[in-house]
Amino acid sequence: MTLHPMIAALRKHKAGVILIALQIALTLAIVCNAVFIIGQRIERVNRPTGLKEQDLFLVTNQWVGAPTGDDPASIQKLDALLREDLATLRALPDVASVTPVNSVPLLNSSWNGSVALKPDTALLGGKARTTYYFGDQNFIGTLGVHLIAGRDFNAGDVTNKGFRNTSEPSVIIVSKALADTLFPKGDAIGKVIYLDGSGTPSTIVGEVARIQSPATGSWAGAFVWNAVIEPIRLNANFARYAVRAKPGRLQAAMREATPALYKADPMRVLDDDSVKSFADIRAHAYRADVGMAVLMGVICVILLGVTAAGIVGLTSFWVGQRHRQIGVRRALGARKVDILHYFQMENLLIAGLGAVAGIALAVGLNLLLMKYYEMDRMPVPYVLAGVVLVLLLGQGAVFTPARRASNVPPVVATRAA
Amino acid sequence: MFGYYLDLAWRSLRRHKILAALMTLAIALGIGASVTMLTVLHNLSGNPLPGRSDVLFHPQVDPRPADLPGAKVEPPDNLTYLDAVNLYRMGVAPRRAVMGGNWLPVRKDVPDSPLAMTTNRATTADFFAMFGVPFVYGSAWSAQDDANHAQLVVLSQALNQKLFGGADSVGKTLVIATKTFRVAGVIGAWNPQPRFYDVDDAYDGGAFAAAEQMYMPFFTWLDLPQDYGYGSMDCWGTDPNAGQHNPKAPQCTWAQFWVELDTPAQVADYRAALEQYSRQQHQLGRFQRAPNVRLRGLLDWLDYKHVIPVTVRMQTWIAFGVLLICMVNTVGLMVAKFLRKSGEIGVRRALGASRRAVFLQCLVEAGVVGAAGGLLGLPMAWLGLWMVRQQPVSFAASAHFDPSMLVAALALALLSALLAGVWPALRASRVAPALQVKSL
Repeated sequence: MTLHPMIAALRKHKAGVILIALQIALTLAIVCNAVFIIGQRIERVNRPTGLKEQDLFLVTNQWVGAPTGDDPASIQKLDALLREDLATLRALPDVASVTPVNSVPLLNSSWNGSVALKPDTALLGGKARTTYYFGDQNFIGTLGVHLIAGRDFNAGDVTNKGFRNTSEPSVIIVSKALADTLFPKGDAIGKVIYLDGSGTPSTIVGEVARIQSPATGSWAGAFVWNAVIEPIRLNANFARYAVRAKPGRLQAAMREATPALYKADPMRVLDDDSVKSFADIRAHAYRADVGMAVLMGVICVILLGVTAAGIVGLTSFWVGQRHRQIGVRRALGARKVDILHYFQMENLLIAGLGAVAGIALAVGLNLLLMKYYEMDRMPVPYVLAGVVLVLLLGQGAVFTPARRASNVPPVVATRAA
Repeated sequence: MFGYYLDLAWRSLRRHKILAALMTLAIALGIGASVTMLTVLHNLSGNPLPGRSDVLFHPQVDPRPADLPGAKVEPPDNLTYLDAVNLYRMGVAPRRAVMGGNWLPVRKDVPDSPLAMTTNRATTADFFAMFGVPFVYGSAWSAQDDANHAQLVVLSQALNQKLFGGADSVGKTLVIATKTFRVAGVIGAWNPQPRFYDVDDAYDGGAFAAAEQMYMPFFTWLDLPQDYGYGSMDCWGTDPNAGQHNPKAPQCTWAQFWVELDTPAQVADYRAALEQYSRQQHQLGRFQRAPNVRLRGLLDWLDYKHVIPVTVRMQTWIAFGVLLICMVNTVGLMVAKFLRKSGEIGVRRALGASRRAVFLQCLVEAGVVGAAGGLLGLPMAWLGLWMVRQQPVSFAASAHFDPSMLVAALALALLSALLAGVWPALRASRVAPALQVKSL
């Protein structure tokens, strides 16, 4: 089949051709970017935190009328309250282990700073930004973080301090990402670093494979895998406990927690939000991402639907208009499949034209979004996939009208128009 | 003539039902998407206090040290404790309110009643009159109560419902952060969106957070145990922990302050007074910077704070992209449709109809498609808003349909269909009658 007569025919319908091509181009531009946004959000939501998330929940407790934690005596009193709660939770029949925590991944309440290889380094001059986790000897086991080198904390490592006390611990565990940043040779265990510009050294005793930062915002994106775990019970008038239920007993353990804590000490506030499964924390952290992905998905479906409908409508019209010409071609010996191919080829030509323009528009739109809405650069495969998608869409949409055209009988040629 | 064109349009559309349905559906989808996002944008950028927004102003002064790395020219949003108290005591504005927010443990004053953390706004007496807060029971506390550090509390309707079953609770007592408070009043439904008086609350959704559940006198609140924070605190200087503990720290801003100024003269006077205050503090050596004051009106303040989420703006652009594609789609279908009628148009032209008449006839047909698309687009926009409400974002609650958007949706549909129809109609009106009639 030669393209020449087809192009000549299309030149008779310049307006329709340009409009369909334009529509395909615009659709391609928006769909590419929307799918890219969806892909980015899915990637974000699916990254593992490094925790064993099953059977894990978090208790947030606020004491009422507790000491303020300004003097050593009241800090010890707060610590006694904290240890009592830990013992209460640990004694529950469905609980496997408990640790005090300042936060957990995805909670969006984080304690951040930076670490350095030299003492008394100014904060901004620190070698790496990081988030801090505080827990006791059960932290690694309770959260289910994977220790890959060195040792876990033991009971002797764990101390307690007031919430506003800035002194630093003598031993710490770091995430692999932070260890690799500080010690690219992979020999972090036993090395000394300085936290938050402090003058006192902290020795790295262990390294965990991965633990995500509590912060999910883009501001924390640069150090989301950097973490320092300190063997410290933080004492304040509120506390968080990460609790691992026995396998499959999550719901039961969550139900037991609130009454048991109230029974041990009624001077506290625990409301509906205070006992939260890690699954809920995850869903809450990523709700906006999931919402955005769904919205973009809906937009894509609408656009592809409208464009397909437009192609069906316009092609049907052309088929109707060329009814007699088709009959003449058939009478002159063209087979049904030739007519079918003619319309399919014509659509491929128009869609191809639109796709070429659409690539430029898609890249342009991506640049605009990068400039104004903090988007990343769209990788080429997204554009190529978009091109294939609109070409397939065109072929799918044109099939029914084209087949109707191929069914026009040759006898039409003999009738008057 | 218009009636005749309507009749022609109706006949023409009925003859090509599928095509007419496709055009209507395309317009409806475009309208549904764009009206959904327009409504969200409209509600988010709405005036939180219509009628009072013109007389409410947000004063700012600049207490920062002269050499602060990375400091912007704009003074801090909030005030330090000292400036808040000084400006509150400065009697230049007829009404003024200093305030801060946090959450406090609250229970009824009966043994064994459960404690619940409750959002609280601590403020001064003028808050209620200035912001037009309606009262169901009782009234606000007085300026005298502010001075006396009276232990009074004003409840929101929701909290009164929760604690007292909605009954008149004036005079009843509550235990708040271990101290006993008497209920002075209960306010009616009041939830300005955006919550202009404190847009930075990082805890519960920023500018679109709900109004607090209770209100208490500012100075009484400062006497409570300092365990529950003071909203977002912005501190400078070397001691990173300075502000967390002491709200009276000189290097921490956290208090919001609003004044009511009824005439332009009062605004000018107040601005002068702010400058005078800054100069005086500069001379005292407290302020290191030259007077750097702002006195923004409520709407200017919201504008300056960019309260509308970036994602909403982006989604609005994308929604209009959808409308554009739907319009291009309609243009294509209309061109095909009108040119298909070339024969018919040729006959009309040969019988004496002017180009203008043919143009108008085609435009009426486009208008009919637009009106139908608009009507069909309304339920789609309603569905879209329902979807937005299902999203767990802080502004979801404000995604409601209002009558002005109803009119806007129909107008937008008609306008886009007419715009889409102009070019196809022009082409149809240029059909040469002689050629068409010959081929008949």
